[in-house]
Amino acid sequence: MNRLPVPEKLAVNKYELDEGHPHIVVNEEVCRAKCKNLACLYVCPANVYSEQNGKIMADWAGCLECGTCLVTCPSDALQWVYPRGGFGVIYRSG
Amino acid sequence: MAEDEFDAIIVGAGVAGSSAAYRLAKAGLQVVLIERGPYPGSKNLSGGVLYGRVLHDLIPNFWESAPVERVITNQVVSFLTADSSINLDFKTETFNQPPYNGFTVLRARFDRWLAEQAEAAGAMLVPGIKVDGVVKRNGKVVGITAAGEEMQAKVVIAADGANSFIAQNAGLRDKIPPGQAAVGVKEVIGLPREVIEERFHLSGNEGAAYNIVGYATRGVPGGGFLYTNRESLSIGLVIHLEALVERELKPAEIFEDFLAHPMIAPLIKGGKVLEYGAHLVPEGGLKMMPPLAADGLLLVGDAVGFGVNNGFVVRGMDLAIGSAVAAAETVLEAHAADDFSAVRLQSYPARLEKSFVMQDMRTYARAVDFMKNERLFETYPALLSNLLADIYRQDAQPKKNLAPTLLKNLKASKISLLDLLKDALAGGRAL
Repeated sequence: MNRLPVPEKLAVNKYELDEGHPHIVVNEEVCRAKCKNLACLYVCPANVYSEQNGKIMADWAGCLECGTCLVTCPSDALQWVYPRGGFGVIYRSG
Repeated sequence: MAEDEFDAIIVGAGVAGSSAAYRLAKAGLQVVLIERGPYPGSKNLSGGVLYGRVLHDLIPNFWESAPVERVITNQVVSFLTADSSINLDFKTETFNQPPYNGFTVLRARFDRWLAEQAEAAGAMLVPGIKVDGVVKRNGKVVGITAAGEEMQAKVVIAADGANSFIAQNAGLRDKIPPGQAAVGVKEVIGLPREVIEERFHLSGNEGAAYNIVGYATRGVPGGGFLYTNRESLSIGLVIHLEALVERELKPAEIFEDFLAHPMIAPLIKGGKVLEYGAHLVPEGGLKMMPPLAADGLLLVGDAVGFGVNNGFVVRGMDLAIGSAVAAAETVLEAHAADDFSAVRLQSYPARLEKSFVMQDMRTYARAVDFMKNERLFETYPALLSNLLADIYRQDAQPKKNLAPTLLKNLKASKISLLDLLKDALAGGRAL
């Protein structure tokens, strides 16, 4: 069976995008100074995090709001809150 | 009492929050139920079967009006290796009689229905509002803040799930350490009703629930699940975070491997992915339990970490509802005495101790660690599969009886007999 890559799976989901209000902010300085394993790059089921030009970027629009990154981030470099009320992922099945 | 003060504010309209709201509203209290999603259930994922007895006690014969998917009549435990599977497949018609043992539910539909029952009982449902924190006066919780506004109540019930920012904000707990949490990843896969019934040997509303251990998670502690809904399958993995981080593995990749496994692939063949979700699963058991009550505040459901996984069944929703009912009974008692102090609210943990909720948490307390035993995920499924392959393989070579075949395989598996004996004893006690 032809399986879907993560971005295509996310594209199936419904989201209400809160433009201009990122609910994830990466503190780059803390990342650089304290983080050894960059767990966010692999633990996220939605592949929200990526490294671009040595910088950790959060593509927060596709976030599934599970909190795995927050739990596993070893350096407390993430400022991670739920999106504002009514925004973010909207499960239709659950 | 201030005019705009509610009797209770409940944060989170999942099964716990709505159950508590229903119970309190039914008793005539002024209850507000706040949900950050646009509708109840829109942020929730079902990671298990709803074992519904406790909800039946709260809302008799709820299945007659609730959007339940299927009645679970088939309970299957599967052990996987990379290329084999061994199933313990139990089917009984006794589970197909009211009040029924368990149901599959899709949370976006089920939670919405449950919140509507609370609303019909008199609770005020406020969706689309995220609660930012609690308001404390003289050390006592007296309300919440949301979108810059304050709302007051005699008591706040935090039913805001595994991350429970409310419990953290109130100082009752920190964020979950990676050693006490797992990530659940899940797809809902659409298939025609007849295909599901044929593929899983079901008639009518019967349903199947699979618990899958072993290679499902590439040897990382955790497990897989597969549940039949009416016209879809819920399939997913629960993966422990500590080991995931240690091995630097990606949940989405482990999940893809799982879906391609020769036992799984034919079950989901031809299906259409309807949704992809992820959710945090508290797995700390008794060890991570925060204080359940403070002045003006109670914690219920995943916010506490109520959950049981003993390899055969995964439970969360029934414990969440059980805790919510106990919390609601406590609030009713506190309301009658007009005393919401931490001392008075201690009757909540006391109630839970007397109910199945804490008793089951204690009964299965050791299952939490046992289910992380690495031999469970690689060595034992391999041993079983090699043993069965030896039994069934007919290759024109002389066969041996069962006992010597078992001994040969035990020896080849390099498990020490002491470990085997220890695991057997520990398993018998833990599960």
